[in-house]
Amino acid sequence: MSENLPEAHDASHGTALVSHDDPFADPGLPAHEPRRTDIDERAAKRAERQVSLMFVVSMLATIGFIASYASIDADKIVYIFPLGHVSALNFALGMTLGVALFCIGAGAVHWARTLMSDHELPAERHPIEADDDVRNDVIEQFKTGAAESGFGRRKMIRNTLIGSMALVPLSGVVLLRDLGPLPEKKLLHTGWDKATQSSPIKLVNMNTDEPMKPEDIVQGSLTFAKPEGLEESAEDFQQQIAKDALMIVRIAPGDIKDAESRDKGFEGILAYSKICTHVGCPISLYEQQTHHALCPCHQSTFDLADGARVIFGPAGHPLPQLKITTDEQGFLIATGDFDEPVGPSYWERPR
Amino acid sequence: MSSASGTKNSASKPASTRGNPANKAEAAADWVDGRVGIYSLAKANLRKIFPDHWSFMLGEICLYSFIIIILTGVYLTLFFTPSMAETVYHGSYLPLNGIRMSEAYASTLDISFEVRGGLLIRQIHHWAALVFVAAMLVHMMRVFFTGAFRKPREINWVFGFLLLVLGMFDGFFGYSLPDDLLSGTGIRFMEGAILAVPLVGTYIQMFLFGGEFPGTDIIPRFFTIHVLLIPGIMLGLLVAHLILVFYHKHTQWAGPGKTEKNVVGMPLMPVYMAKAGGFFFLVFGIIAAISAIATINPIWAVGPYRPDQVSTDAQPDWYMGFSEGLIRIMPGWEISVWGGHTLNLGVMVPLAVFPLVLVAIAVWPFIESWVTGDKREHHILDRPRNAPVRTAFGAAWISLYLILLVGGGNDLFATHLHLSINTITYAVRVGFFVVPVLTFIVTKRWCLGLQRRDKDKVLHGRESGVIKRLPHGEFVEVHTPLSQKDLHSLTAHEQPQPLELPAETDENGVARKAGVITKTRVKLSEGFYGEGNQIAKPTTEEYHEITSGHGHH
Ligand code: FES
Repeated sequence: MSENLPEAHDASHGTALVSHDDPFADPGLPAHEPRRTDIDERAAKRAERQVSLMFVVSMLATIGFIASYASIDADKIVYIFPLGHVSALNFALGMTLGVALFCIGAGAVHWARTLMSDHELPAERHPIEADDDVRNDVIEQFKTGAAESGFGRRKMIRNTLIGSMALVPLSGVVLLRDLGPLPEKKLLHTGWDKATQSSPIKLVNMNTDEPMKPEDIVQGSLTFAKPEGLEESAEDFQQQIAKDALMIVRIAPGDIKDAESRDKGFEGILAYSKICTHVGCPISLYEQQTHHALCPCHQSTFDLADGARVIFGPAGHPLPQLKITTDEQGFLIATGDFDEPVGPSYWERPR
Repeated sequence: MSSASGTKNSASKPASTRGNPANKAEAAADWVDGRVGIYSLAKANLRKIFPDHWSFMLGEICLYSFIIIILTGVYLTLFFTPSMAETVYHGSYLPLNGIRMSEAYASTLDISFEVRGGLLIRQIHHWAALVFVAAMLVHMMRVFFTGAFRKPREINWVFGFLLLVLGMFDGFFGYSLPDDLLSGTGIRFMEGAILAVPLVGTYIQMFLFGGEFPGTDIIPRFFTIHVLLIPGIMLGLLVAHLILVFYHKHTQWAGPGKTEKNVVGMPLMPVYMAKAGGFFFLVFGIIAAISAIATINPIWAVGPYRPDQVSTDAQPDWYMGFSEGLIRIMPGWEISVWGGHTLNLGVMVPLAVFPLVLVAIAVWPFIESWVTGDKREHHILDRPRNAPVRTAFGAAWISLYLILLVGGGNDLFATHLHLSINTITYAVRVGFFVVPVLTFIVTKRWCLGLQRRDKDKVLHGRESGVIKRLPHGEFVEVHTPLSQKDLHSLTAHEQPQPLELPAETDENGVARKAGVITKTRVKLSEGFYGEGNQIAKPTTEEYHEITSGHGHH
């Protein structure tokens, strides 16, 4: 080992034997100080017992783990202070596993700290860089190899090789094409698209699944609606509801600031897209005094009395509004789609 | 071959028992050595020296939590169904009985309520993931503030950085898999962000989701990315990271007997093996115990995902909080370009700032070495105070991160502190620009103050608290001089000088202008090491003057 020691070390082994000129000189590695367990055999024995005890506790805990697994029902709930009501199985398994593992670790660390040697040893570092001889030698060899390949001389081979290598990854990119369809106009339309003057679509209450009449809608309330015919069991329900969901509010017609918005509604009943124009969260918080709707995701706030204009937060444009009216039986209906895409904006989105 | 190596054996070493092994273990070792040459491998490493410092544990925690994540992750894949096919739930969790949901969500419920121990493993997996990312972040701070990233370790810094980024994203993908209301909201956010990408946004969205949002492909696809693609890359990076750590050997603090050319510590076998191996069990044990008592991500409480429903406390895991902060404080700018095209700056700008902040961290070692012109290897760590500008940058970065966390949790802050959300958001917008600058200034001054104190300590010794009255009546406090060890440790650091502009004219008298790049570099270097950016170390002369009795005490 001694050949690994730095020069300064031998001169000043532990004792500060330092030249008077440099008060900041490195005094060298301090002398090793023995621990209690190094000199007192009884202390060492005690440490040994402690380590073994921890390993034994670990064994017991593992047995406890297996016993809990076999004996506790998965749905048993117990009250444990201060955690409250917790799953008994989860608690028992987790605690026993935790103790079993922790005690192995604690035992090992205690063993290392008290009984294994704590002599600090120096080891030499070698520079990461190779010395110049090796470096020159390698570069020479590389040049020889390169010359023998004729890579530098035969430019045509070199250039076509580079070209082919550059192009071949493209096939990987092309293969990704069938991951999905092209966007086309899909984001432009919603399920309300199928509604026309002659065959309108009824607005259906999201909770009761019933068509809605104006008199059902209380002023200042917020109701959620979907197009009639869109059933939860439908295969593409998630995809449809992500675009079709409506937020119905009723505001006294005199309070509606935006005339165009009032005209799209029916007697103060306005149907806005429920999907936030920021990144698409459904909007769910409504403040009936101010007619503000707030998106819980990033707090974009829309003034529903003013064409759902954005009054706060990161959304970039108002919520689209669906034009509604009533049919002969007095049910609320839509006769066409939103006149702009719902949800977050994107490059091709017309403005 | 055998005769040649035989002659090298010195007399003091035990004679080889190869061919006639003393016991089974030796025989087995001989057998393996004959096939893969373990003896040569072990020769260099078995007694390899590891220095000891508590902060080196941070990296170990990363490694161990990664192993825990893989072990529990494999278990979970045995029970999880990565499918968005609809089913109606009839399981033991009654509140959701008869509810429509995806198979992914239903199988997560089964793991939580039907599979014995499944809930525990799920929680260990999630807790370990949080510990993993947190430990990586703190480990990285340790490396940053001590300058451990300097040559030869720059590449390893980049590997570590990639591991952090991949870890964050894999966490996001994992969080998305159960298809509960919270994770679905996260995916919706990602979709909106993708749509904001100019030109190709809608194409990427369609290809990724296999059609319109949410479709039925996203969960199975995320599953493959989460369990195969990213962990595979991470495993490779991790092995490379560790090989480099082994190859470079650890850094160490300045101190007696420690130089740039050695490494002082305990050997791998047995001390380090026992401590590190034991530490793995400690980490695992603690995470298991936490998972036993602290519920994390109770997906059953929020219900299955539906695009028209949302839960009000929608929050990403903390490590994604700063991107959430960015998106929340950004004003909703949306502009029209090139006739009819929409540029969604409100989402795009945060999306661009996010990687920019990350990349700035990744390239720091290269910036610093370019500015200082330092091309030497460094194995002795810097005390943070001795690199004030670097430390101040790090602190400014952390303050930015914290500010964004506040922005990301503005709703929680609003409800808990009874403040208006708008006020918090405006404050965070200002804070985004102001707080890092203030933090920078304060931290730098603080470091310089600490340097000054070190200098005082070296020159005048430590204040002993004992007041003495001199014969002529003056009161003085007795200062105990420092030990050689402390004197050395406190003065061992280097103080680089700022670069200087090259002479206006070259050796032939021809005028040459320094380029813009050279000038910036000199300016920056001035900012790092120039006047006012470090306190000159005490010199030997100063020390002798003061301690020889001609000084003030
Ligand atoms: S999705 Fe509504 S504010 Fe972001």
